[in-house]
Amino acid sequence: MRLLLVLGYVLLAPLVGGLLAGLDRKLTARMQGRIGPPLLQPFYDVKKLLNKEILLINNMQYLFAWCFIIFIVFTGGMFFAGGNILLVFFVFTTAAMFLVLEATTTNSPYSVMGANREMIQMLSYEPMILLTAVGFYTATEAALGQGTFTIREIISMPVPNVVYIPGIFIGFLFILTIKFRKSPFDISMSHHAHQEMVKGVTTELSGGMMAIIEISHWYENVFLYGIVAMFTLCAEWWSIPLTVGVIALTFFLEVLIDNTSARVKWDTMFKTTWVVTLIFGAINIFILQMFG
Amino acid sequence: MAKVSKSPWMLHYDGSSCNGCDIEVLACLTPVYDVERFGVLNTGNPKHADILLITGGINTQNKPVVEQLYSQMPEPKVVCAVGICACNGGVFKDCYNIIGGVDKVLPVDVYVPGCAARPNAIIDGVVKAVAVLEEKRKKYKKERGEKA
Ligand code: SF4
Repeated sequence: MRLLLVLGYVLLAPLVGGLLAGLDRKLTARMQGRIGPPLLQPFYDVKKLLNKEILLINNMQYLFAWCFIIFIVFTGGMFFAGGNILLVFFVFTTAAMFLVLEATTTNSPYSVMGANREMIQMLSYEPMILLTAVGFYTATEAALGQGTFTIREIISMPVPNVVYIPGIFIGFLFILTIKFRKSPFDISMSHHAHQEMVKGVTTELSGGMMAIIEISHWYENVFLYGIVAMFTLCAEWWSIPLTVGVIALTFFLEVLIDNTSARVKWDTMFKTTWVVTLIFGAINIFILQMFG
Repeated sequence: MAKVSKSPWMLHYDGSSCNGCDIEVLACLTPVYDVERFGVLNTGNPKHADILLITGGINTQNKPVVEQLYSQMPEPKVVCAVGICACNGGVFKDCYNIIGGVDKVLPVDVYVPGCAARPNAIIDGVVKAVAVLEEKRKKYKKERGEKA
């Protein structure tokens, strides 16, 4: 069963992620009063990119881009195998680091600036990611009397986790905007044109290398929706439709926020995420520890 | 557009245009014309672009810029000159600093006439450019196959 889930992730995640990206673009267009590209547009884009020439600055780019996708797939694989959530988050952070390294090796000003901003983003969302893991631990501790970091046990509680950790859930949704590279927090790389620093971390990637990064983003997004699912999944059957609903709502909200807000400066992003992390995340855990 | 490429990303460069054509290029992205229907994206990055869309003529100052942008685009790539200025210099032709149309420095594949070129004409030009792009892609694939 676990092997099946992991295999399913490795094979199907690009498909699901690509479709989600297509839906995203369609929805965005509709919100702007346009018709928008076909649903399969992201797949056409990747196919096009694979057929293009690769202009490399140096060979390290190759190495780091491949490391990025391998670590992302590894993260998702570990997650869907139901392993340790802490370990999953650590590998996930490592993966993000490879994108920064790739951008730094190019020596191109836009790329390097993107790398710097990417690191600020990591600095912003990392505390919340760690608190999420701690949150799951305290939630299981409050419910079962014995805390655990194992994903399999976290999602088979008698009630959904979100009942115990609503604050953590809100905090996690907040940083999800950074991870999805959506406005107002898409400061290191945006999917929309006309960014003040070209394409940020991906500026110097062309052709097939860019396709690899696109596909790893699809893997990444599916994994992140998986984390959202952890908040609502439990041993009861009704948690499955609930999870699907919550994921759909999250998706819609992300697109809505993307289309209705302007990009903020890095310090605003940094401050707001830390404040949200402290208020919603830390207080939630504190209350659970005190009264749970 | 059935057989031709479904994902042309374009890079828009403003040579010495009067901005008339630029406004029309941007008009293509608005809800009225919505070129993204055809998968066309306006990217600001030459390394991701397939179509180099130039408005306005070439002058002595932007010549090296245009050449560099072109050289930074990965194969296969096409150049599309939008507006009569980009085609042959237009009303600015006799100015002391104007070298001429884009074809004085780059191999232009598609010319879109008009002053300013209308959005429908620009979209038509992009569609033609996509057809050329597809041909070049086939050629590029063949060459790459021979190399490997
Ligand atoms: S063709 Fe006409 S509108 Fe376009 S840049 Fe030249 S003068 Fe301006």
